[in-house]
Amino acid sequence: MTAAAPAEQVRLGRVGRVRGHITLHTVVILLMVIWAIPTIGLLINSFRPAAEQTASGWWTAFFPPYQFTFENYAHVLAQQNIGTNFLNSLFISIPATVIPIFVAAFAAYAFSWMEFPGRDALFVVVVGLLVVPLQATLIPILQLFASWGIAGSFLAVWLAHTAYGLPFAIFLLRNFMGSLPREVFESASIDGASPVTSFFRLALPMTVPAIAALAIFQFLFVWNDLLVSLIYIGLVNPDNLPLPVVIANLVTSIGGGTEFLGAAAFLSMILPLIVFFSLQRYFVRGIVGGSVKG
Amino acid sequence: MSDKLITALVAVVGVPLVMIGYIWATEQVLRIVPGRFKSRIRPWLWVAPAIGLLGLFLVYPTIGTVFRSFRDSKNESFVGLDNYAWFFGDQGAQSALMNNVLWLVLLTLFVVGVGLLFAVLVDRVRYESAAKSVIFMPLAISMVAAGVIWLYMYQYRPPGAVQTGTLNAVLGAFGTGPVPWLQVEDFRLNTIMLIIVMGWMWTGFGMVIISAALKGINPELLEAARVDGATEWQVFRRIVFPLLTPTLAVVATTMIITALKAFDIVYTMTGGQLNTEVIANLMYKQMFSFGQYGRGSAIAVILLAAIVPIMLINVGRFRAQEAVR
Repeated sequence: MTAAAPAEQVRLGRVGRVRGHITLHTVVILLMVIWAIPTIGLLINSFRPAAEQTASGWWTAFFPPYQFTFENYAHVLAQQNIGTNFLNSLFISIPATVIPIFVAAFAAYAFSWMEFPGRDALFVVVVGLLVVPLQATLIPILQLFASWGIAGSFLAVWLAHTAYGLPFAIFLLRNFMGSLPREVFESASIDGASPVTSFFRLALPMTVPAIAALAIFQFLFVWNDLLVSLIYIGLVNPDNLPLPVVIANLVTSIGGGTEFLGAAAFLSMILPLIVFFSLQRYFVRGIVGGSVKG
Repeated sequence: MSDKLITALVAVVGVPLVMIGYIWATEQVLRIVPGRFKSRIRPWLWVAPAIGLLGLFLVYPTIGTVFRSFRDSKNESFVGLDNYAWFFGDQGAQSALMNNVLWLVLLTLFVVGVGLLFAVLVDRVRYESAAKSVIFMPLAISMVAAGVIWLYMYQYRPPGAVQTGTLNAVLGAFGTGPVPWLQVEDFRLNTIMLIIVMGWMWTGFGMVIISAALKGINPELLEAARVDGATEWQVFRRIVFPLLTPTLAVVATTMIITALKAFDIVYTMTGGQLNTEVIANLMYKQMFSFGQYGRGSAIAVILLAAIVPIMLINVGRFRAQEAVR
């Protein structure tokens, strides 16, 4: 090997790295643009007068004459009680996110770190319930709620959303908790920690990335849900209706008035986006890796 | 207003307290139980809330549905397998089944493939969180809104007219005629266009889950491989990918189930017209449009049967994972 060879290698490596960086950024940015365009198109259209929306594509808005309007948003916000519906959505979504996380975390911990007969079979059944189509449960459950006298209440939708969300929640948390290092729990147990202590001090903190992800998905599922609220609340107590049902009614009652749907959709998107951004910091590197090192 | 305030307090403070209080209470109950029974009873107390809720809200109605699938539309008489015979003999139902297979394969490949690609790439750039947010955002929208967004994308005007749909405008810029995306039945193009909408929504899901697992991988492991002269591709192929396999399986399973249950997008965008029907929409129509509860229930049972093998495969994988941990 000549003396020049290592230097040559280093230089080639650097050129390769630069080329790699350009490819990396090109691919990432290209994907970002492709993903953003459909939403940006509708966002821009939501600020354009109805006549303009049907006469030309959203991209013409970038060229003069600039014709933007808040009319579509004003129309949506002028609908009665939209503030109440927003609050209702919160009252439904927050507990319907918190309850399944706790219930699923308890179950996932038992499925991962406790021994009991029929454990795996039970787990299969639980996750197998993922496939139960919601439509097939609506009528029997509504009858059940009516006989308990809680049809139309928040409690009814909390319970329903919790149950519908549980199979996926247990599946995800069990998968994550099950991959935590065994030594952590064994040494805690040897040190005399009770399962409750192990759960709250070890399992839960180490599962935060999965819980954060789960919280986001469950919240979004509940927040965007139309069918469950429509059937369990809408038929009985319209005062408790959440935002999406009202927006959906708005859309269908206008009849082909997609110019308002853009504005309405963006209003309903605000909170889910805030939730996503505020939980994103939990997706930090090495929570699992970091906790076994010591 | 005080009513709302009480609801808010219950929702934000009361509910978590009840949840934590439950587990605390189980330990108190276990104190009075003789030692050797403790570890036998405890697991059941931990899974009890989940099992109770699932039993009441999913198992009980499902069993009802199974029984219902053997009865006629008015629930008056037992009809044996008639509803199932209808499903497997009906041409429309077969077409819907075929579409679901297409959904299952393409949606899963799309979400796992692009989700993995994006999670791995975005881990290396400084604008990671911005990039992730862009990909994740569609999942925050309701499916109705996503449907409308993509109706704008796919919008079709006859050749010669101004194309307001983004895709056809792009085609026009390349000098190609407009395509009525949602009306082309050849090669089930319209169904594929619907799957793309769903893929666009769910890729963020795959990416977030895969990315969380990616960040759980010990960076020292990767560094050690790099120091030993492994290329980035080798590090990915030999270390990152095997460690991610369980997570990819989670995402794939979720997508398979999502594909089997696909409903909202079809309902909103085409209503199942022009050969875009899927079995969940067919079930909805049979139940709520035609009052055919027996047939609708049979479809629900078939849907259920389709998922069992997938879950069994997953359990096998869990056992393997159990053995090595």
